[in-house]
Amino acid sequence: MKRSSVEIITEWDIVAARQLGRNEAKKAGFGTVDQARITTAISELARNIYLYAGKGRIEIERVTDGGKDGIKVVASDEGPGIPDLRKVMEDGFSTSGGLGAGMPGVKRLMDEFKVISEPNNGTTITATKWLH
Amino acid sequence: MPQVVGKQYKEILKKYLESHSEEDLYVGQQFSRRFIEKEIAPEDVISIHKTALLELHPELQDEVWDSLDFLIEMMIHYGFTLRERQSLIRKQEIIQMEMNVATKVQNTLLKTESPIVEGLDVGWISEPARQMNGDYVHFINREHESSVAVADVMGKGIPAALCMSMIKFGMDGLVGENSNPGKALSTINRIVEKSVDDSMFISMFYGKYNSENKMFSYASAGHEPAWHFSNETGTFLELDAKGLLLGVKVDSVYEERSVYMQEGDFIVMMTDGVTETRTEEGFIEMKEIQNLLLEVKEKSASQIAEHVYNNLTEAQNHRLSDDFTIVIFKKK
Repeated sequence: MKRSSVEIITEWDIVAARQLGRNEAKKAGFGTVDQARITTAISELARNIYLYAGKGRIEIERVTDGGKDGIKVVASDEGPGIPDLRKVMEDGFSTSGGLGAGMPGVKRLMDEFKVISEPNNGTTITATKWLH
Repeated sequence: MPQVVGKQYKEILKKYLESHSEEDLYVGQQFSRRFIEKEIAPEDVISIHKTALLELHPELQDEVWDSLDFLIEMMIHYGFTLRERQSLIRKQEIIQMEMNVATKVQNTLLKTESPIVEGLDVGWISEPARQMNGDYVHFINREHESSVAVADVMGKGIPAALCMSMIKFGMDGLVGENSNPGKALSTINRIVEKSVDDSMFISMFYGKYNSENKMFSYASAGHEPAWHFSNETGTFLELDAKGLLLGVKVDSVYEERSVYMQEGDFIVMMTDGVTETRTEEGFIEMKEIQNLLLEVKEKSASQIAEHVYNNLTEAQNHRLSDDFTIVIFKKK
């Protein structure tokens, strides 16, 4: 399947990642609201890379699974990693400062969500949304 | 389901656009509850609005549609903040359920039976300010003796309650021994010193009535003084004895004193939830509490305790600012 990516180094790259995500979501057939959700999720993931890892990459891929179509977003970086994943996934953690909209927010915007993070070895977040 | 909601929304919007009436706005307000019930996100509400408007007035300018798309973008964050809040409320409900169970466990664990000893009428009330109680009353009965421990853990809520459970085990150990108040407090003090965190302070008043010699003996670990009401003179005498708070020093010594109880006399033991009752005019005066006691001095010990409790909670608009405990030993 078609896969495209944006390197995140400056804040402008966040905008580029958003644009790519929105175009792909539209092409995949998502409605306005879901396009906005996918774009916001990408925006938050890209912003986390920019703020906490310095640089990384957002990859966007159209996927199918047993007749279902969807969009998969992979955010990866080689930053410091997330020391306490459970804490980061907790509701309320984001609002007390730190990770912007937070991981739980991104998780809610998408259908599937997976984080792999090792201290000093970077973080990879995979989030997928399916067409309903 | 959203399609059904969308259709209904369109009808309500259509009517309003024609009538501009308050009645239709009211219908709209009622309908908005359904959005909330069905947990429809704000961004979806705008999308429903846009779809409805597009069907009713397709002739509108592009700026209108574009601005609604913009508004959807604006609402995404609101949407997940709302969802986060809903999830926190659910979490809170779970904690509340656990609290209810914990309270039941505490009540079972700290259950104590009022003593029955010849010539003595006992009444008491212990009410937590929040759900769990940091005050503690424990009675120990022997043939001619009735002992009571009134304790107060500084602080409120769960930490205080957990700490109280520990005291309970210390008290249980006393049942077998023939302890006098001073000795009882040193025993409990050693247990507390060993097992309780340094930041926890516990005060305790320990009293014992002997029906053979009609003496009330007592000791105090930094607790509120008790009062002895003399029926003969109609006055209150403060009962205080030297002794450090529990758990401060392992070898603390507790002074023991005693008073003779005549007919109609009573002893009032309290925690600071009683003496430091705060009303709108500030802390309540000792004198006011003593006046309350005088009003019902002829009544039973339980009625005296209830009278004080009812009046002091009323003075605080039925909200307790601290755990509230009062124990009355009345000589019949």
